Amino acid sequence: MYPYYEPEWSVLPPELNRRFNPAFNMATIKQAINEAVERVRMPTPMRLRDLIRQIRAARTAAEERSVVNKECAYIRSTFREEDSVWRCRNIAKLLYIHMLGYPAHFGQLECLKLIASPRFTDKRIGYLGAMLLLDERQDVHLLITNCLKNDLNSTTQFVVGLALCTLGAIASPEMARDLAAEVERLMKSPNAYIRKKAALCAFRIIKRVPDLMEIFLPATRSLLSEKNHGVLITGVTLITEMCENSPDTLSHFKKIVPNLVRILKNLILAGYSPEHDVSGVSDPFLQVKILKLLRVLGKNDAEASEAMNDILAQVATNTETSKNVGNSILYETVLSIMDIKSESGLRVLAINILGRFLLNNDKNIRYVALNTLLKTVHIDTSAVQRHRSTILECLKDPDVSIRRRAMELSFALVNAQNIRTMMKELLTFLEKSEPEFKAPCSSSIVLAAERFAPNKRWHLDTLLKVLVAAGNYLRDDVISSTIQLISETTSQQAYITLQLWHALAEDSMDKQPLIQVSVWAIGEYGDLLLTATIDDAHDVEKPTEEDIIEVYQRLLWSPQNTPTTKQFALMSLTKLSTRFSHTNNKIQQIISSFCSSLHIELQQRGVEFSQLFGKYGHLRGALLERMPPMEVVRQGNEVQANGDMDESEDKTSDTSPQHISTSESTFLVDLLGGGSNSDLDIIKPSSVPSQPISNSNNQDLLDLLGGIDLSPSVPTTDSGLGFIMENNNGSLTLDNNQTSNFLTGDILNTNIINEKNVPTLTAFEKNGLKLVFSLERLPESNNTVSIHLTATNSTLSNMTDFLFQAAVPKAFQLQMLSPSGTVIVPNGQITQVLRITNPNKGVLRMRIRLSYMVDGALVQEQTEVNNFPTHIWD
Amino acid sequence: MMQFMLLFSRQGKLRLQKWYVAHPDKLKKKITRELITTILARKPKMCSFLEWRDLKIVYKRYASLYFCCAIEQDDNELLTLEVIHRYVELLDKYFGSVCELDIIFNFEKAYFILDELLLGGEIQETSKKNVLKAIAAQDLLQEEETPQGFFEDHGLG
Repeated sequence: MYPYYEPEWSVLPPELNRRFNPAFNMATIKQAINEAVERVRMPTPMRLRDLIRQIRAARTAAEERSVVNKECAYIRSTFREEDSVWRCRNIAKLLYIHMLGYPAHFGQLECLKLIASPRFTDKRIGYLGAMLLLDERQDVHLLITNCLKNDLNSTTQFVVGLALCTLGAIASPEMARDLAAEVERLMKSPNAYIRKKAALCAFRIIKRVPDLMEIFLPATRSLLSEKNHGVLITGVTLITEMCENSPDTLSHFKKIVPNLVRILKNLILAGYSPEHDVSGVSDPFLQVKILKLLRVLGKNDAEASEAMNDILAQVATNTETSKNVGNSILYETVLSIMDIKSESGLRVLAINILGRFLLNNDKNIRYVALNTLLKTVHIDTSAVQRHRSTILECLKDPDVSIRRRAMELSFALVNAQNIRTMMKELLTFLEKSEPEFKAPCSSSIVLAAERFAPNKRWHLDTLLKVLVAAGNYLRDDVISSTIQLISETTSQQAYITLQLWHALAEDSMDKQPLIQVSVWAIGEYGDLLLTATIDDAHDVEKPTEEDIIEVYQRLLWSPQNTPTTKQFALMSLTKLSTRFSHTNNKIQQIISSFCSSLHIELQQRGVEFSQLFGKYGHLRGALLERMPPMEVVRQGNEVQANGDMDESEDKTSDTSPQHISTSESTFLVDLLGGGSNSDLDIIKPSSVPSQPISNSNNQDLLDLLGGIDLSPSVPTTDSGLGFIMENNNGSLTLDNNQTSNFLTGDILNTNIINEKNVPTLTAFEKNGLKLVFSLERLPESNNTVSIHLTATNSTLSNMTDFLFQAAVPKAFQLQMLSPSGTVIVPNGQITQVLRITNPNKGVLRMRIRLSYMVDGALVQEQTEVNNFPTHIWD
Repeated sequence: MMQFMLLFSRQGKLRLQKWYVAHPDKLKKKITRELITTILARKPKMCSFLEWRDLKIVYKRYASLYFCCAIEQDDNELLTLEVIHRYVELLDKYFGSVCELDIIFNFEKAYFILDELLLGGEIQETSKKNVLKAIAAQDLLQEEETPQGFFEDHGLG
């Protein structure tokens, strides 16, 4: 046996002799040959940078896709063949492809193989791939847990670092449990590079599994005595997380407040240190973290707060504010001052810092200031009030997010003292703002006006301005609450109606809410419009009847107006027929033209109202009586859909005829004899159908009323027909009830009803349409039942033009309110309320007819519902 | 805690994505798409923050690249701008006046640098020097185990 080489063979000294190379042994040669063979067998894969170049060169998306698909197919094949030589490069390419949005999950296992490789390059790419490609799939996670466990024990700090970094990014609860002990060990490592990474890993583990906190507690405390900023900042982060997690730990760490104060003080006072300096500020990252931890520790703790007051003041006054970095520290300081039990002087200082922020050129800082003020405004309103003008300035900021914040903050600052000035600014803002602001802004204005309005006229003026400024972006509740306010404020009705008329006449944008409110008011108080005094009119010109009719004509014919608006207008126009003197023919003509309207609701109204001009002309005046002022109590359920207002009008009209036929002059005189009710309006029947409102009318009234003094504030009614009795307080009506029992029925009866829960019943179910009735006895009557109908669509297509019709035997009275809609989306529903009065307590039967369109086909159904529970009438 | 960081170009191409929370791939794509569109639609005079779901989005544009971070409600958005800036400085130092192409062709390096600056969504090192030292040492480790010549093709190339 000869040795592999003999020194005599070469004249060269051993270190220059290639054959002398101790690494050049059989094993290496074998490996090199194997690899060379393998490379010959398989072509060298494309390099990463070549792939990127190819992809970037692709001119179309399809071309890019084909390059990627080809490469993916190739990469898959190398994975199948267990090619370990090029695995690293292939995974790197796959990660690039993954970033472009292509699927790359097939590389997950290969990443694990790379991690298991002894080469650092492989590990580096392997861990990168694991962080990017792995989701929380159990099977792979078990494998990676083992790899991580190995590498956490590696002697190379960078391998440990890679493992910690990966654990910090993708720790699942299971991994956290399995590896917590390893991480805890590494937190005590002498190597700062590993210590800081282990601390953040512990932070993530606690975030995933808070129960694991206990084991890290002992090692955590010592992190604060470090000099190394990396370890310090990660330690502070870890402690913050622990304190936020458990109150026990929070009290355990209270004692570190002096340490933190000392570290922070050193940072501020220490001279320039190039390593941690950011534009003249010493380690802002660490400062902010410490300030945040101080906030957590000082919250609701007077003692701890006391200990940090000084340092917070110092940071607040000493920090350089010309750059973003200084302001980021100030911002954190302000948050801490606001959250802990700090001195009042310090709080003022904090608010003033925010005030200064508002004047800063940097929009980011202004935004942050507004945001923070918004959070603190409820704690310290007066301090924020001082910056009101600056905040209002921000309403004009070019940045939309700043404007939004400024708007919210402005509304938080509105109070009884500043409402006039604030509203002026906010209304200007509303007028100029983007559509997305209009709904919330107008609703907030309405709320604020309701709370702080100095007087009724101002309140009405504000609502009017909102109607004009917000256009069609108004929420429905604003319409109803405005109408309610007008109705309630009897003294301002003439004024506001005139203003609304003016706004309506000038409106060229078809603002539906404005039109609806205006026509409602004109319909109700149209007579006041013509007789408005100079005081009411201000500088607004009084319209003539013809002017008004002309505008109505425009409204009703305009295709821009919604059917709901037209319904408002039609109702209003009909009412005007009893308030105007010489335009009745024109009104009648307009209304009758709707008898042939294509819209069924409008047509119905057209036909019904036309009847009031013909056969039932004698009922008209009484029917179209002005509505009694709406009670404020109703505010709670004011939020209703647009059309519902008509409903309430209908209801009043419904009951009116009953009044008419029963009221008798003797009865009235009786009433008046004992009455001191000045709200009472009594009108003598007149032979002329629509008598012009004039003094003579009032004269008649006075005659009738004899000695009773009608105060001028009593709203005059224009109706010339029938005896009508309207009052505000229900008690009087109840008195009537004794004599006019059969008319008002028991509707107004206030008998106590033993409330019963009546079950629901399914009235109809076919072809995916289901109708459910839920019955409810109305509290104010013992023989009226309200049926809440819910129609549900369980098909996959829309049901449109849904129409529900019902008929009951003659002994019953049926009243149907309008449905919540006519379209039922899949899985959606619409509701409708029916009221059935059953004076004779008979057995209720109902015949119903349904029609709707589905997929373009008309469906009609008819059925009878006989299974109403009888006990509902008991 | 930072929830994720995205780097994307003015054309809306994703250049880097780092997720510190576990989301299914589909959701990640949806979030990315949504944020890229939202941010690209914003005008330059708008502020760098936006509220998105229950997160705060902080973004800043450097040349043709947008750096976008999602942070939680109690995080400091002004400081997050500093974190972004620190990352840009590190890239700049490492590549030597960095440009978008550097990040495209050496995306893995950009990830490595980010992983030495942040861990689990929190800052782990506030010294620029330390980050660059760690990266240089690891690069050296890689070079040492990849001999020249015979194994030249072995690296990432």
